[in-house]
Amino acid sequence: MASGIKDKVAIIGMGCTKFGERWDKGADDLMLDAFQEALADAGIDKNQIQAAWFGNCFDEVAVGKSALPASLSLRLNNIAVTRVENFCASGTEAFRGAVYAVASGAYDIALAIGVEKLKDIGYGGLPEFGSAMGSLTGQWFPNMTAPGGFAMLASGYSSKYKIDISEIKRAMAHVSVKSHANGVKSPKAHLRKAVTEEQVLNSPMVAYPLGLFDCCGVSDGSACAIVTTPEIARSLGKKDLISVKALQLSLSNGQEFQYHTWDGAHFVTTSKASKQAYEEAGIKNPRKEISLMEVHDCFSITELVTMEDLHISERGKAPKDIMDGFYDADGKIPCQIDGGLKCFGHPIGASGLRMLYEIYNQILGRAGERQLKDPKLGLTHNLGGFPLMNVCSVAIVGRYNGGKGV
Amino acid sequence: MVGICSYGGYIPRYRLSRMTIVQNMAWYFPVIMAVSQGEKSVANWDEDALSMAVSAAYDCMTGKDRKILGGVYLASTTLPFADRLNAGILATALNASEQDVINADFSACLKSGTTATIAAVEAVKSGERDNILVAASDLRTTKIATMYEMFLGDGAAALLIGSEDVIAEFKGSYSINCDFIDHYRARDKNFDYGWEERWVRDEGYGKIIPDAIGGFLKKSGMAITDFAKIIYPCYFTGTHRDIAKKLGIDPTKAQDNMHTVCGDTGSAHPLIMLIAALEKAQPGDKFLMCSFGQGCDVLCFEATDKIKSFKGPKGISGALANKEALVNYQKYTKFRDLLVADLGIRGEANPNTSLTALWRNRNMIMGIKGVKCKQCGTVQFPPTAMCVNPDCNAIREFNDHEFADKQAEVLMFTGDMLSPSVDPPAVYGLVAMEGGGRILVDFTDCDLNKVKVGQKANLSFRKRQTDDLRGFTGYFWKAIPVTEGGA
Repeated sequence: MASGIKDKVAIIGMGCTKFGERWDKGADDLMLDAFQEALADAGIDKNQIQAAWFGNCFDEVAVGKSALPASLSLRLNNIAVTRVENFCASGTEAFRGAVYAVASGAYDIALAIGVEKLKDIGYGGLPEFGSAMGSLTGQWFPNMTAPGGFAMLASGYSSKYKIDISEIKRAMAHVSVKSHANGVKSPKAHLRKAVTEEQVLNSPMVAYPLGLFDCCGVSDGSACAIVTTPEIARSLGKKDLISVKALQLSLSNGQEFQYHTWDGAHFVTTSKASKQAYEEAGIKNPRKEISLMEVHDCFSITELVTMEDLHISERGKAPKDIMDGFYDADGKIPCQIDGGLKCFGHPIGASGLRMLYEIYNQILGRAGERQLKDPKLGLTHNLGGFPLMNVCSVAIVGRYNGGKGV
Repeated sequence: MVGICSYGGYIPRYRLSRMTIVQNMAWYFPVIMAVSQGEKSVANWDEDALSMAVSAAYDCMTGKDRKILGGVYLASTTLPFADRLNAGILATALNASEQDVINADFSACLKSGTTATIAAVEAVKSGERDNILVAASDLRTTKIATMYEMFLGDGAAALLIGSEDVIAEFKGSYSINCDFIDHYRARDKNFDYGWEERWVRDEGYGKIIPDAIGGFLKKSGMAITDFAKIIYPCYFTGTHRDIAKKLGIDPTKAQDNMHTVCGDTGSAHPLIMLIAALEKAQPGDKFLMCSFGQGCDVLCFEATDKIKSFKGPKGISGALANKEALVNYQKYTKFRDLLVADLGIRGEANPNTSLTALWRNRNMIMGIKGVKCKQCGTVQFPPTAMCVNPDCNAIREFNDHEFADKQAEVLMFTGDMLSPSVDPPAVYGLVAMEGGGRILVDFTDCDLNKVKVGQKANLSFRKRQTDDLRGFTGYFWKAIPVTEGGA
């Protein structure tokens, strides 16, 4: 009987670059910057890393294939490096690879690093899929973009809960206003400017009903984590340990868009992955127990609906919780306290690790101006693909209590 | 008895008022004002002669088993492929049989529609085959501010030629074939090159059509007064009238040339005009259908008793009624690719089309066929090897399931401004099909502001991707939301 990942692995070092339009640096530079920060944080030598997992999504435009770009950039010591790609969960997948490797006992210390260099393509938004869609999909799929794919969720949600689209737009606007307010206090964020509800509501339409300010930024960036066992962490002199409480992944199997049961108003995968994550972490009431969350707010509607699939807000009630300030910086569960994808942008391979970086720093009390009071348990969430067919990862990390309690 | 067993029509939904053309372009060529009556039909940017033919053919086969087809003939001067049987694409879109059938393209002449009809009639009469679907369609691109721009419209028609349940019996034909070049279009040229209008009117339409009708009357021993309607294309309305006068045709019996409602639709036009006449036919009515293009075909049909109870297709009257004004002239020129607009770098992505994947999945892509699970009855699209019902998961136990003639209901949708599109926003969504199954699909012929969750939609065969680099057009089906009060 599997016992889950809880408290088997600790994070001993993390790094994250400034996210943004990094015209000045390539993917190799960005990775090296994040890596150096993590090494210094962990207080170890590069050669103590025994294996690495490297997350990158648009290899076609960013780094090229294989894990070589990471191995070359970091001049790793001819160790095992594996490239993982699973849409927007790629960063968390790299983390999962490293964590499982340590938990298995195969390695003592492992590295997870993610990078994405999106701003070398010459146009806004994510790169067009083009020939990366496979030989058949392009022959019938709409030319669906990320905003378009997620925008459809708003019409499904509005119809299911009979909430007028204008009311949903306002709740979505609050999501963005809140994240922008947080981003101001986040030195590594790409967008660091507060916005008003009016600005969000009046922003130009990208994909109905999502306006420009309902969409996250598109950025370059890299983030990484160094993991080991709690015992080795202690032996390295680490005192306040952050351990992994849960790592769950759930993928669509086609039911959303091929079977008749999906309502078009929720994420089947997130609903399942979060439930399993709470079980793995021993969390009974996430609304009470989770201290903070970094969720996949690629679009404001995604964050809104995700609040329900994480079982924090009741079904149909996320707009109310959002408008009540439940997820604001001073709310019960601050969500996107660093500004989220909204302000950091979304260098895909790095995003999951960037989220963990914020939780890690918050729990260690290193979050500067945006430091929350005594957070214990943080959740990260990634959602790759489209609502109707996606990859979802949920990670929970928290203070290590010697394996006792949450 | 051999003749027409069914008919179908397709006129694109968008109509451009000729006054709109005049308002935009008369400064350049004021003569166009002389023919500015009414409106012309304009195909959407994702339509071509083939896709319109598919729509007309589906209309024609309403309520009929498409597996009975012994052949598919497609007539047009604007077919997308010079070497790939266009009629074969039409047949695949119809999910027609691939065994023991003859499919053929009739092309390079505006009388190809009537010539294909004669060929079909002769094949059925020979007893060698039955139930040949003849589709005729044209989408001719014209230079702006020209008479052709004023005269020509887009449309398609289809006739089912067979020996059972005949609604209009074939009574004979006569053809003149001569190399009269009123206009021509060279291979690889986008536009027609036309000769002086006066000569075309007087020596072309005005002589060749009467000569051919005279030839038919002489051959058959019939009189011009025997006919309920005489159908001949001629976009010069005055000449159209003069031909009637010359032949002693009662003006009420000369079928309207449809200049004011759709314009001249090329190869399809004689068939479209015939269908418009058949829609009002009584048993015993006789019709002459003529064409014009390097000669003239004359075909005679007589309506049978079966025409009284014939119903099903929307026909030309149905297609004409389903319309939306295209008020933006620039949009029309963009639809025809006459304006160079920027699709942006995002629009540059242009992977080739995998012909192996298309061959394996031709029924899915061209015929929008899904599958129905033999174990649990779940309908699914796209067809994959394992049933999507989590309580079933049966493997490869499916029957085919056709969606093309079933209605859809909008489950969720968006209008995407980021997606490269000729007519932004790109509207698409997830629809639920009547009888089961869901399809993620582009929407077309619609206004985003009128799309709603729960709205009904019909499927239409359209261009999905155009690969100018390699000259390939890919097709799939799109959903057309049914607007209130619309057809």
